[in-house]
Amino acid sequence: METRSTRIGLGVATVAVIAFLWLPLLLIMAYAFNSSTIQSWPISGFTFHWFHEAWRDPEVRKSLTLSLKVGLAATAIALILGTAAAAAIYRFRFFGREAVSFLLLLPIALPGIITGMALNSFFNFGGVQLSMWTIVAGHATFCVVIVYNNVLARLRRSSPSLIEASMDLGADGWQTFRWVIWPVLSTALVAGGLLAFALSFDEVIVTTFTAGAQTTLPIFILDNIQRGQQLPVVNAIVFVVILVTVIPVTIAQRLTGDTGVLRRGTAASKAAAAATGGGAV
Amino acid sequence: MAIQEHAAAVPTAGVDVPDVRLVGVRKTYGDVVAVDGVDLEIASGEFFTLLGPSGSGKTTTLRLIAGFERPDKGRIELAGHDVTGRPPYSRDVNTVFQDYALFPHMTVAENVGYGLRVRGVGRRERRLRVDEILKVVQLPGLGERKPVQLSGGQRQRVALARALVNHPQVLLLDEPLGALDLKLRQEMQIELKRIQRAVREVGITFVYVTHDQEEALTMSDRLAVFNEGRIEQIGTPAAVYERPENAFVAGFVGASNVLRRAGHTFTVRPEKIRMTNDGGARRDDENAATGRIRDVVYAGMFTRYVVDLDDGGELVVVRQNLETSSTEALDARGRRVLLEWRPEHAIETKPQREEKHESV
Ligand SMILES: Nc1ncnc2c1ncn2[C@@H]1O[C@H](COP(=O)(O)OP(=O)(O)O)[C@@H](O)[C@H]1O
Ligand SMILES: [Mg+2]
Repeated sequence: METRSTRIGLGVATVAVIAFLWLPLLLIMAYAFNSSTIQSWPISGFTFHWFHEAWRDPEVRKSLTLSLKVGLAATAIALILGTAAAAAIYRFRFFGREAVSFLLLLPIALPGIITGMALNSFFNFGGVQLSMWTIVAGHATFCVVIVYNNVLARLRRSSPSLIEASMDLGADGWQTFRWVIWPVLSTALVAGGLLAFALSFDEVIVTTFTAGAQTTLPIFILDNIQRGQQLPVVNAIVFVVILVTVIPVTIAQRLTGDTGVLRRGTAASKAAAAATGGGAV
Repeated sequence: MAIQEHAAAVPTAGVDVPDVRLVGVRKTYGDVVAVDGVDLEIASGEFFTLLGPSGSGKTTTLRLIAGFERPDKGRIELAGHDVTGRPPYSRDVNTVFQDYALFPHMTVAENVGYGLRVRGVGRRERRLRVDEILKVVQLPGLGERKPVQLSGGQRQRVALARALVNHPQVLLLDEPLGALDLKLRQEMQIELKRIQRAVREVGITFVYVTHDQEEALTMSDRLAVFNEGRIEQIGTPAAVYERPENAFVAGFVGASNVLRRAGHTFTVRPEKIRMTNDGGARRDDENAATGRIRDVVYAGMFTRYVVDLDDGGELVVVRQNLETSSTEALDARGRRVLLEWRPEHAIETKPQREEKHESV
């Protein structure tokens, strides 16, 4: 019963939403190539200068290295724990199963500020020095959920008898893993890992509570925007962060073929919010 | 006398070593007794059906034979060898799963060739045998498709081919047609029988699970009627249908037409009853009853009448619509009728096992 006018109306609404989401991103990406230090539209000239500048800055390099390390570590932990948890929830019916599932999902619904504060008090209480590993622990709280969700969704969509079918056809445990379990789960694992990495790479809120004096790349961006320093360099960094988060998310989407993956706002839109919010200061 | 004739028609279990043999097999899940002391012997090449209502232990029995479950008690033998403790991959048995369980990332040919590949059969021979079996299940040329690109009936055939290509000693099928619609299901029943006859010379034994009594009666060489984890009766379709040993079998295989006469229980099949207008005569006859038609169900080819008996209880009568129209049939509601049957069609049954069980 869809009429021509509703179709046009919906089309316009969709375009408006996409523009709302992407225009700020495109703007900040354009500013990264602006030859002037004053942010005004249209940009006054085209240059790669700010990328060189950013790359030569030891502080930028240090925070980039930290962000990459944290992202990789959090992703690795998420892959192991998330997969194990999904397998347990899928395979076994045990007392408190629903509760465990809820507790696993909770961190993603909980505001980052709560997670961050809770972790911070916990580390204080336990006398744990803030280090790279406290950041990793903070990020793991939501990265685990991403992998858990992806793997569980894949398991639920697969026939529960696949493993039995393989064994039935003469395959032992290793052959079944290699030819059935791994191929069926691998794309879900890669997608979950990429999403987890993208989330970790641009996380700000939990990080501020678990990083102490350390600076990850998003924190570096935030600090500089707040102080109104080196804005062109920051734009160049934001450009890179957007690519590093958008690309894995896109690949992950392709791999899982579904759009309903639970996450805390897309990584890219958060980067944009942080960057444009500062640009107006 | 008649019973003995039928026993002779049964494939020669006991003379040869049976292909499948279960001795006192019991399996529990917590408090639930899924299989409660089952004894079975299935001969080589036989089409044997496990028939019973949902939850009666058919699937569990099949899974015990496949090796997915271990029995708490009892022994499972394949071709005379005790396999009770062996894992699925070292039993010469293949399963067709109810949801087919095709590997989604593999093509049809890779799915079908999986068992051969696992056993190290070379690529060349694998190709030949896969092509050959795809012809048997009438899916030639679909080898490169992925399972998602197939219809339900085609997936069913792939699942069958994937199991048959290995020439297992025993093929297990758990409600393989359950997911198909009625028309396709009837076609596949015939198709499955054709395939079974085609592979019988290789000696593949079919063990088939269904809750559909018609399917069991039309397809099986012999069948076992399951109830609450136990076997109520084993026999040929004709024997089980015509001479149910107890009230449960009589009720589950066919309609439960139960008559009580002088402390004994009998059952009469609905199509064996002749129904005429009540003339008031022959009321003392053991093989007759009078009553009033309570319900009429017109089913096109035949009509089912439910008759309330004057002596209490009810009988279901089925009549072909030979010369009856639907309106005539439906008009019969409320009419008084005389029901008669031949003495040999009133089969005495033992009371249902549950009653026995309670008295213990
Ligand atoms: N894995 C299991 N865990 C617990 N109970 C089970 C399991 N499998 C089967 N059962 C129970 O065992 C009984 C027999 O089940 P099943 O063999 O599946 O029956 P059928 O195939 O005849 O429907 C049922 O009561 C069922 O609930
Ligand atoms: Mg079942």
